[in-house]
Amino acid sequence: MPELEQAAGTSRVQSAAQGERYFQRFTRPQRVLHAVLFTTFLGLAATGLPLRFSSTPWAIHFAQQVGGFGAILFFHKLNAVVLTLAFLVHVKEVIKRGLIHREKGIFWGPTSMVANWKDVKDLFGHFRWFLGLGPRPQFERYAYWEKFDYWAVFWGMVVIGFSGYAMWFAPFFARFLPGWALNAALVVHGEEGLLAILFIFSIHFVNTHLRPESFPMDMVIFTGIESEEEFKIKRAHEYDRLVAEGKLQTRVGVAPEPWLIKFSRTVGFTAIAIGLVLLVLTLSAMFL
Amino acid sequence: MLTEKEDGRMVEAATESVHWTTGPVRQNPYSGHANSPLQSAPALYLINDRRNKVSLCYSGLRSLLPAFLVCLLVCSVPAHLHGQTDCLACHADKSMQNEAGHSIAVDGQAFEASIHGSLKCSDCHADVKDYPHPEHIAPVQCKACHADLESEIVGSVHAHASPQPCTSCHGDAHAIFPKADSRSAVYPLNIARTCGNCHGNDGIAKKHGLQNVSRSYVDSIHGMALVQDGLLVAANCTSCHGSHHILSHKDPQSATFRTNVPATCGSCHAGIAEKYAAGVHGKALVHGQASAPVCTDCHTTHSIRKPNDAEFQMHTAPFCGSCHKAQFSTYHDTFHSQLSSLGGYVETARCWDCHGAHDVMPASDPKSPIAPANLVTTCSKCHAAANPQFVKYQPHANAHDFKRSPALFLVRLFMNLLLISVLTFFAIHTLLWVIRSRYEQIKRRSAKGGEDA
Repeated sequence: MPELEQAAGTSRVQSAAQGERYFQRFTRPQRVLHAVLFTTFLGLAATGLPLRFSSTPWAIHFAQQVGGFGAILFFHKLNAVVLTLAFLVHVKEVIKRGLIHREKGIFWGPTSMVANWKDVKDLFGHFRWFLGLGPRPQFERYAYWEKFDYWAVFWGMVVIGFSGYAMWFAPFFARFLPGWALNAALVVHGEEGLLAILFIFSIHFVNTHLRPESFPMDMVIFTGIESEEEFKIKRAHEYDRLVAEGKLQTRVGVAPEPWLIKFSRTVGFTAIAIGLVLLVLTLSAMFL
Repeated sequence: MLTEKEDGRMVEAATESVHWTTGPVRQNPYSGHANSPLQSAPALYLINDRRNKVSLCYSGLRSLLPAFLVCLLVCSVPAHLHGQTDCLACHADKSMQNEAGHSIAVDGQAFEASIHGSLKCSDCHADVKDYPHPEHIAPVQCKACHADLESEIVGSVHAHASPQPCTSCHGDAHAIFPKADSRSAVYPLNIARTCGNCHGNDGIAKKHGLQNVSRSYVDSIHGMALVQDGLLVAANCTSCHGSHHILSHKDPQSATFRTNVPATCGSCHAGIAEKYAAGVHGKALVHGQASAPVCTDCHTTHSIRKPNDAEFQMHTAPFCGSCHKAQFSTYHDTFHSQLSSLGGYVETARCWDCHGAHDVMPASDPKSPIAPANLVTTCSKCHAAANPQFVKYQPHANAHDFKRSPALFLVRLFMNLLLISVLTFFAIHTLLWVIRSRYEQIKRRSAKGGEDA
């Protein structure tokens, strides 16, 4: 990916090649985007769940602590606006790179977020491996579950965002929408939000951070850097492709600074802890 | 205070409610004590003045007291007892007690000032005629004079509450004042305390299976107005329960019986009572539907809050829902309800914001706030930009009812299927993955361990 080649070019001189090599996986804007995404998502979940389960004791207690419904709605909208801006910035970037600059690999190819035939094969191959019926698939830059995460969030933001703004500015949206659409907005907003919360705090957490290969946390989304060994194991297809194309050198990075690792751990574990608490509260409200 | 009497003399009156005059002016055959002290003194006459108030005609006792004491000492016993002074010669002693140790002292001055101050002791203590009187005297029968009130008490919940029900509320028998007198135990501002002597006592309340209502009343809007603001018109206990003829709220004759509640509250809240009578609930009650809500169902009885009190508003929507179950359930699914439950946002629409509070009317009634023609006005109370399209929002839509809300039903179905299928697929996927990865990890480690060993 070009942005990574640039990033590698501008990065500090790599540590002496003795011992382990490190590679850049995410650029700073990508990490910042993820940080904005998970911060606002936690904020939206923490303020949205008390609304969805408004009759539970914890929701009422939480509302009392923060100053009632007015405060909850204020923070919900504040987070929503920030997330919307981040989403729009991302869409603008994709359009600029893919359509205006005609950058390759945005909409198609091994580095694209768009699903392809390999993803289907990888999915079935992965299942075969789970059951001990075949070898572990060699993944490209973005594996099928990562693409699913991306598109789930993308679709989720469109759906939740649109229904949310329809409720926020109901009299305005009522000019274009049928009467029942305002009712549907709450159903869609609530259900899709619930799906996002359940998915992120269970499936995404395990797939990305808590599974044995990454446990307890995959730091690459915070530092942007991963070790060569990790790269080879997790995305063998991408590694081999870069070697074959002779582009591996462009991706070499420096080992993350200790303070960055410490900071990332603190932020990451806090986010995971909040997410798990919210997950427990959600499940308790749904099934107890 | 000086008052001019018919005979033109200026007389002194001690208090506003009790008039002291020099002698009986209408019927009294004597012209006054000054002329014939021995004949009249210590004579007390009860007369009614034009305002139908009890006035006392009393010979200036104070100036004659020394003469009396001399007279008493000189006179031989037994003597015919004429009035208070004779009795007070002994009973003024504050330490005086009967055999059982109860005080039988009487504060002469307080008694003189009281509503009964014009009576002779023997008017009530009828079996005491002479001195010495018997050791044991009969309990005073208030009904001898107050027969009407006595009969009211007999039929009331207090009939057997006490051997002396009168003094339980009116206080010291020798210091009873008119109810308009601030010294009276039944003066409006004192009533809550007087009733609270029993009804604010946990022990007594428990014994009779009652609630201790005193505390909740004192904190209520009526109690605050009475106790804190000293508002005479504030509803006190007797305003709703009556005084002598208090009946159980289960008695159809009682002012607090369900169907009588609107009239009872309406005796002060006349405007609201009129609106209530015009609404569906008031009409249902009149047509014999006893389960129709009355004032106390929403506002409670003793702990009535201000209607704009958040805690009160939180409590009432579920109350409407106790009858209107389906409507409450669908309301519960909406944004309005979510706001409502979490509090701190009392502005959110609750039942009465749209339906009206006291004069609830069906949507088919053109006067109803939810009549189609009035919806924009009603919704715009909160949603300033409400327009005819906006008010097509269904505040009671049921996403589980295909016939009523088909589009909404399908949207919900789709969202639920999406949620269930995505989560089920990935739950299986991720669980298998974790198991497999962990297995590989253990296999690799043991292989490594084997090499190391």
